[in-house]
Amino acid sequence: MVVAKRRSRTGYLLLFPGMTWLAIFFAIPFVTLFMTSLQEPVPGKMGKYQAGFQLSNYTNAMAEYWPQFLRSFIYAGIATLLALVIAYPLAYFIAMKGGKWRPLLLVLVIAPSFASFLLRTYAWRTILADEGPITSFFNALHLLPDDRILNTGIAVVAGLTYNFLPFMILPLYAALEKIDPRLIEASSDLYSSAVATFRKITWPLSLPGVVAGTLLTFIPAAGDYINAELLGSTKDRMIGNVIQTNFIEFRDYPTASALSFVLMAAILVMVFTYIRRAGTEDLL
Amino acid sequence: MSYQVSEAAVEIAGLAKSALSRRRLLQAAGIGGVAIAATACGASGSDAGTATGAPSAATAADLSDTDKTANWSNWPLYLDINDETGEYPTLKAFQDANGIAVTYTEDVNDNNEFYAKVRTQLEQGQDIGRDLVVLTDWMAALWIENGFAQKLDKAIIPNGKNLIPRLADVAFDKSRDYSLPWQSGFGGLGYNKSALKDTLGSDKMTTLDQLFDPKLKGRITVLSEMRDTMGCIMAWQGNNPSDFTDDQFSQAIEELTKQVDSGQIRQVTGNDYIASLESGDVIAVIGWSGDLFALGEDFGFEIPESGGMLWTDNMLIPALAAHKKNAEMIMNYYYDPKVAAEVAAYVNYICPVEGAKAEMEKIDPALAASEFIFPSAATLDRTYVFKALTPEQGDKYEREFQTAIGN
Repeated sequence: MVVAKRRSRTGYLLLFPGMTWLAIFFAIPFVTLFMTSLQEPVPGKMGKYQAGFQLSNYTNAMAEYWPQFLRSFIYAGIATLLALVIAYPLAYFIAMKGGKWRPLLLVLVIAPSFASFLLRTYAWRTILADEGPITSFFNALHLLPDDRILNTGIAVVAGLTYNFLPFMILPLYAALEKIDPRLIEASSDLYSSAVATFRKITWPLSLPGVVAGTLLTFIPAAGDYINAELLGSTKDRMIGNVIQTNFIEFRDYPTASALSFVLMAAILVMVFTYIRRAGTEDLL
Repeated sequence: MSYQVSEAAVEIAGLAKSALSRRRLLQAAGIGGVAIAATACGASGSDAGTATGAPSAATAADLSDTDKTANWSNWPLYLDINDETGEYPTLKAFQDANGIAVTYTEDVNDNNEFYAKVRTQLEQGQDIGRDLVVLTDWMAALWIENGFAQKLDKAIIPNGKNLIPRLADVAFDKSRDYSLPWQSGFGGLGYNKSALKDTLGSDKMTTLDQLFDPKLKGRITVLSEMRDTMGCIMAWQGNNPSDFTDDQFSQAIEELTKQVDSGQIRQVTGNDYIASLESGDVIAVIGWSGDLFALGEDFGFEIPESGGMLWTDNMLIPALAAHKKNAEMIMNYYYDPKVAAEVAAYVNYICPVEGAKAEMEKIDPALAASEFIFPSAATLDRTYVFKALTPEQGDKYEREFQTAIGN
């Protein structure tokens, strides 16, 4: 009994640093943000706000900025799908065929992250430049509606896909690497085709990685504004850009807070629905 | 430019500074993402009404005599620098002569952004840790009106008399009690000469008709500073950017929206357009004079025939600054015509100091003749200072502008 009790106290003690951290840097700002989102303007004083219960901050913000919301989720959705399609074979290869090269290959996956996110996004401006090889190639095939890639939605999605790709590869790798190769052997011993083995064994067992990877990619991608700012045009603004404009240009903190809150709520709802459907609560 | 982006810009500029020449630095700044640039100057125009009834700024005990330091925040590439040593020659001379150690930080990339960073402290009556800041007219007006800027002790700034008469009396600071200009500059047309020749058949761009020529579709950008972009468009439409109606502003917004929707305007940016000009993605811009000169021979700058914009960045001493006198001594030092000429020779912006032109003759006669450093009355007549806006108007116009550019 005594031992058990001491152990549980140790548990709380271990939780303490994490919980304190969360309380100071998450809970308190979260509450402040929520209160700010309900503030009302001080009559006659431009740019000053006071505590209130102005629900119209939310309705007005949504009425004005729903296109940017929609665009954020579409861009993030496409980027997540692309990342999955690119990352799965790569992670599969590293996990199943990588052998002694595995550590090196994994380092290569993470290596770009050693450079600043911003610098890497800037590098894409050079890669996708109008006179650059990639744009010239697609232009020769007459595949580009605006005759360019940079400063279009294509560039923004490409940037998002690239920047968050490692977050897709790593969980996929972790899931795939755990799969017992004997299961796959057994499957082929039982005359299963390669496709059927993948469909019935590999894919279901890698699902936790797929779910984790898509979440880790989609959530930051939906809130990102750097890619839209640097690679997009005025027609590709995402919700992050709008929140930034409201905070810094308009100094309209209530609207910016309301938008941030809606973004968080929308992502939470999507994540829960998704996890429900994917049915892999155990991964969290 | 976004907050995060410019923060990185400052860092990158800092890293690059010691090793690179100014020209190289500009390129590095471009690659590195930066909202940097020779110019880095914010919007234009003098906004805000008069400073009458401005609340007086809080003062702190002045530690200047015992603590020989000062903290100065300025825009990137806005002070002469020795590329070899990374030292600022004029600032070093000041330190050697007065024994005051100045911490010079290039952390102002955008008026709104800088204000957002220090606003809470200013409003709560806390020291923002800076003794001298440089802000564009309309933002300086906002600071003075809100009591965020301290009244200057003119006894310590005798050289203040060298301020050119044109800038001595401005709406937001009638007798320059709170501010002194650092540099002024033009908002107008910048372009890549050879690329322009290839597309339009002329290596000079003098009108917005050329800028909006369909042959340049997707190859132009305009500034995210509302006053510069909207001012140039309004002047082109035959209206007066110094005195316009809501309808005339809306008319200019319509034009901007049209050019954005048609794809003529590729992007709306801050200093970032420099990188796009250098990479060749962009051929022509509405940009800032000093930037284009810093880019070199291959690029040109013209004040549009219909009129360009004129803005000024001002030195202010924030409320509660702990080294007010030291900051005033810096102001005084930079109003010495000889020192002012040295700075102007480097930054290529309009010098606000009387007598600097004569000093410039000794440094570089060509620069002394430059219309963009020492503009003649005829040149100034072709420019407008953006109308002074009330906070309500400022908010309304900024919102209409941001909506037009996708925000």
